[in-house]
Amino acid sequence: MHFFEAVRMALQTIRAQKLKSGFSLLGVFVGVASLIAAWGIANGVNRYMTEKFAQTLYGVNTFQVRRQPMFNANVPDSVWRAWRRRPRIRFSDAEAITSGLTVSVITAWQSSDQVTVAFANKEARDIELTAASERYFDIKNLRIEIGRPFTGEENRSGAPVAVLGEAVAKRLFSDRTPLGKSVRIGGVPYRVIGVVEHQGSILGFPLDRFVVVPALSPAQNLVNPPGILDAFLVKAHSDLEMREAMSEAEGIMRSRRHLRPQQDNNFVLDTSEGVQRFWAGISRILVTVIPGIVIVSLVIGGIVIMNIMLMAVAERTREIGLRKSLGARRADVLRQFLAESTTIATVGAVFGILAGIGLTFVINALSPLPASVSPTSIVLGVVMGGGVGVVAGVYPASRAARLDPITALRQE
Amino acid sequence: MSQQEFRTGDTPLPDVVILTHKLTREYDMGSETVRALRGVSIQIRKNEYVAVMGPSGSGKSTLMNLVGCLDTPTSGEYWLNAQKVSDLADDDLARIRNKEIGFVFQTFNLLPRADALHNVELPLIYAGLGAKERRARAAQALQRVGLGDRMDHRPNELSGGQRQRVAIARALVNDPSILLADEPTGNLDSTTGLEIMGLFRELHNSGQTVVMVTHEQDIAAQAARVITLRDGVVATDQLQAA
Repeated sequence: MHFFEAVRMALQTIRAQKLKSGFSLLGVFVGVASLIAAWGIANGVNRYMTEKFAQTLYGVNTFQVRRQPMFNANVPDSVWRAWRRRPRIRFSDAEAITSGLTVSVITAWQSSDQVTVAFANKEARDIELTAASERYFDIKNLRIEIGRPFTGEENRSGAPVAVLGEAVAKRLFSDRTPLGKSVRIGGVPYRVIGVVEHQGSILGFPLDRFVVVPALSPAQNLVNPPGILDAFLVKAHSDLEMREAMSEAEGIMRSRRHLRPQQDNNFVLDTSEGVQRFWAGISRILVTVIPGIVIVSLVIGGIVIMNIMLMAVAERTREIGLRKSLGARRADVLRQFLAESTTIATVGAVFGILAGIGLTFVINALSPLPASVSPTSIVLGVVMGGGVGVVAGVYPASRAARLDPITALRQE
Repeated sequence: MSQQEFRTGDTPLPDVVILTHKLTREYDMGSETVRALRGVSIQIRKNEYVAVMGPSGSGKSTLMNLVGCLDTPTSGEYWLNAQKVSDLADDDLARIRNKEIGFVFQTFNLLPRADALHNVELPLIYAGLGAKERRARAAQALQRVGLGDRMDHRPNELSGGQRQRVAIARALVNDPSILLADEPTGNLDSTTGLEIMGLFRELHNSGQTVVMVTHEQDIAAQAARVITLRDGVVATDQLQAA
């Protein structure tokens, strides 16, 4: 008997017993749907992390000279305390690196903290105040929607001018234009000269709740002690030039801090790779948890199918006897029941894939988690679903194949 | 009936379809051994119409199973169409059942969810025929039993007599050497039973070899030859006037 014939027979049986087949494909359905959805989330977040998140937080081909990494997962207290004892990055460090680099780069100073920004009787709390130099906008790829960024001249003179994040502008000014208005940042009056384009959110965190002011303007005292920076940002033209600039910057910093060759750096050159490592830590957890869920539901699905198939063999003993009396060989009966269980499982897998894709889109639309369906997971879903069907079908099918036609025919 | 004596080591004459030689079948029932057949030797020629009779426990079902290649004997020989089948393996027996034997059961044994055409197609599926040829031959077989207009009906949409006709069409579709019927009228009322018997007679007249197990005297009376079993041996074997 041809394999296609067996599948056709299986589909007939499934159609004839819709409810029973529906139950039996439930397990595989859930397993495959969760596989697709969970994989979709991991895949989406992964892409987001590597493509968008890292660029938003760091910028392309950009590294930061910092006291400690911006993102760190599971750092022991001792390491943390060691980081806190390190000297901070100073204005003079930044100036030394800028003048010492031979690679053509753009650089910016950056120090940030949470403040309250007020206009008239309105307040916006927990706003990230960033005191930065003028190239900060270029490095972070922050486009100005209205107005302008501050200039190098304004930065050096410490002019009290501010560029608002979109959410801050909306909170304080609603629909009116903020340009030229005076806001109070930590009590210091600042003139608004620009508003940055809408940035959206990342994993649910809003990205528009910030204010950028010149690094040397009065509010610098709100973010850091005098002469201290959180980070010195360096953006090169290419990845290769960035590596070169990093090694130059490392040498400059080590010599400024008088580190001997065997001593470790007491600063970090942080890149988006750091975030990606941080994310890799999280995704490792997902990668161990997801297969667990999927395997459990597939095993349950397999057991359900096996039981349903055993029931089917018992119910259809007479049919098996008849088929044998009409010339079905053991292999034919085996193939028929294997095809049935595999078809049930595969149909379950197909529905599971559709549901998983749907779920992925719903998650993408309704939650802050970015999710996108991975083609690999679809292939894997079909293969695993069908595989469960084969495995679950082997025992019932071999029982059917071994049935003695005389006994089977006599059964009522 | 005069028959040439068959000895171990011989081969049957060309026109002998069924030949059993000292056929025995024993069942191991735990402590005791049940000897269902104790040496049955019969020969059935092409286009014979034979009824096998006997009280329950006489071994007629066991003989039917052996003749139908559903079972293998404990000892003795069974030749079907000049081929010794008594020592064939499982899958070879399946092939013989498929090609040489057409079963008709008391309870019809149709697949309830398949229509008449598909039921008749079944043996051809296991013979490995393509869908087109299967359908054509199944339709032809159904026409032969007078059900050409009921091909797409399911068993529950057919009467008892029609169901048995479908079963007969299924038995015929592979052009078997023997039509093996086990109480074919047992589940039918007497009028329908007579119709089915008429169909068997017709098939016999057109050249089909028919072997029928029954315990009803008037059904057996339709056959040209009646073999009676008692206690696992042939008690009588006689021709009767049609």
